[in-house]
Amino acid sequence: MHLQIANVGKSFGYGSSSKEVLRNVSFHVRSGEFVALVGSSGSGKSTVMRLIAGLDRPSSGTISIDGHAVSGPGSDRGMVFQKYSLYPWLTAAQNVAFGMEMQGRDRREIRERSSYFLEVVGLADAARRLPRELSGGMQQRVAIARALAAEPKVLLLDEPFGALDIQIRESMQEFLHDLWKRTGLTALLITHDLEEALLLAGQVHIMAPYPGRIVRSVTVELDRSSLAHLRVSRPFLEMREELAQCLRGLDPALTA
Amino acid sequence: MPEFQRLIRQPWTLGVLGILTVLVLWWTITAIGSVNKLFLPSPEAVWQVGQQQWTSGLLLKDAIASVKRVFIGFAMSAGLALPIGIVMGSNQVVCRLLEPLMALIRYMPAPAFIPLLIIYFGLDELPKVMLIFIGTFFFNTLMIMDAVKFVPRELVETALTLGGRTLPILTRVVAQFIAPQVLDTYRINMASAWNLVIVAELVAANEGLGKRISLAQRFLRTDEIFMGLIVIGLIGLAIDLGFRALMRRACAWAN
Repeated sequence: MHLQIANVGKSFGYGSSSKEVLRNVSFHVRSGEFVALVGSSGSGKSTVMRLIAGLDRPSSGTISIDGHAVSGPGSDRGMVFQKYSLYPWLTAAQNVAFGMEMQGRDRREIRERSSYFLEVVGLADAARRLPRELSGGMQQRVAIARALAAEPKVLLLDEPFGALDIQIRESMQEFLHDLWKRTGLTALLITHDLEEALLLAGQVHIMAPYPGRIVRSVTVELDRSSLAHLRVSRPFLEMREELAQCLRGLDPALTA
Repeated sequence: MPEFQRLIRQPWTLGVLGILTVLVLWWTITAIGSVNKLFLPSPEAVWQVGQQQWTSGLLLKDAIASVKRVFIGFAMSAGLALPIGIVMGSNQVVCRLLEPLMALIRYMPAPAFIPLLIIYFGLDELPKVMLIFIGTFFFNTLMIMDAVKFVPRELVETALTLGGRTLPILTRVVAQFIAPQVLDTYRINMASAWNLVIVAELVAANEGLGKRISLAQRFLRTDEIFMGLIVIGLIGLAIDLGFRALMRRACAWAN
């Protein structure tokens, strides 16, 4: 699998009221990679995600997956949103089954895969519960299970833990890292949290606002055998501090 | 007094108390005899008329006639409003095409259509059913359309990225999400359907609760009028409670 974003630009509106939100964004994601886009609000990172998902069209440039241009949303690019990620009227198991039903898979396969993927995210016991009976972290795990069950080539995560408390966030980061190691999934994560990006992603692209663009790309090669340890290790903290300064320097509100 | 306080906090207690107060007041006024019986019949007289009409089968026949009209007209209205409302709410072109038209017709008072309906369809059931349809369809449609506009974008987009196509998304995401609002819309507009059936029967009908009231007026039978009004109110209340119960059961996730 090769997801390629080449010279993508995006403007909203027409004529004099048109607003450029993305300029010349290029990067790629290969099978098994974990890539993160980090930026403040207004940096256009969510727009990049929507373009890749096919929910919006780029104004210029191309997005292709395995050489085929993206022309609309499809199940090869599964997405997990920050809010309203689950269907509130369906139980956890029904939520996981939902995507496979949309794909028209046969019923036995759906049942087996639903329980398998709930197991993968550690929520086999919660199968019959409604989303409102689950904690925020559990809900996001179900949403990830649902996306994975539909067999996407790449998993698009749009600030998936942005609405969670800090402790739950940390355990969800561990969960996602573990899931990535176990299943070999391919993921593109969007976050405003630099630490989260550095912990999880092998490739981190830093985006700056007005117009949104990638200003820096780093390959993160750190020992990820223990995230808890990594969080406080010196090379991690140094890298984080350096990039944080880079991000601060980009924010016009802080430099002006 | 803790028992009394607990009783007061029961959600039904005060409501029942309000109704009882009016009943007692009514009974007292008529018992004193300060108001002419022709204007205000006693509760006993109304009860007796009710019993009479019940044993003769008249009450049941009237109630069934009215309920039937309401249900046929409203079922047509609700059944058609649901798909049209969903399409209007999710498709901008259709919405722009139909919304001004519907908003215009909505402000035409439905009873003003009665003369036209009688000219078109005569005096049978059809004009009454059509009146209920006209009087509720546009409200139902526009309220459902509004509900669709508030479906969180993420729910639809998630389905798209899971490989969903338009029609399954409308039936399995949009329709599900708006179900509580749709039931509430129906519950509210059902009240207008009841108003309209009575109006239609006042104008032209052989049977029905509204017809009974207009007949009673001719013979100055205020006790029958009172009885008719109370029965209409009770049936309306029962339907309202029915919708609430349905909503609690079918949309437990939204509570």
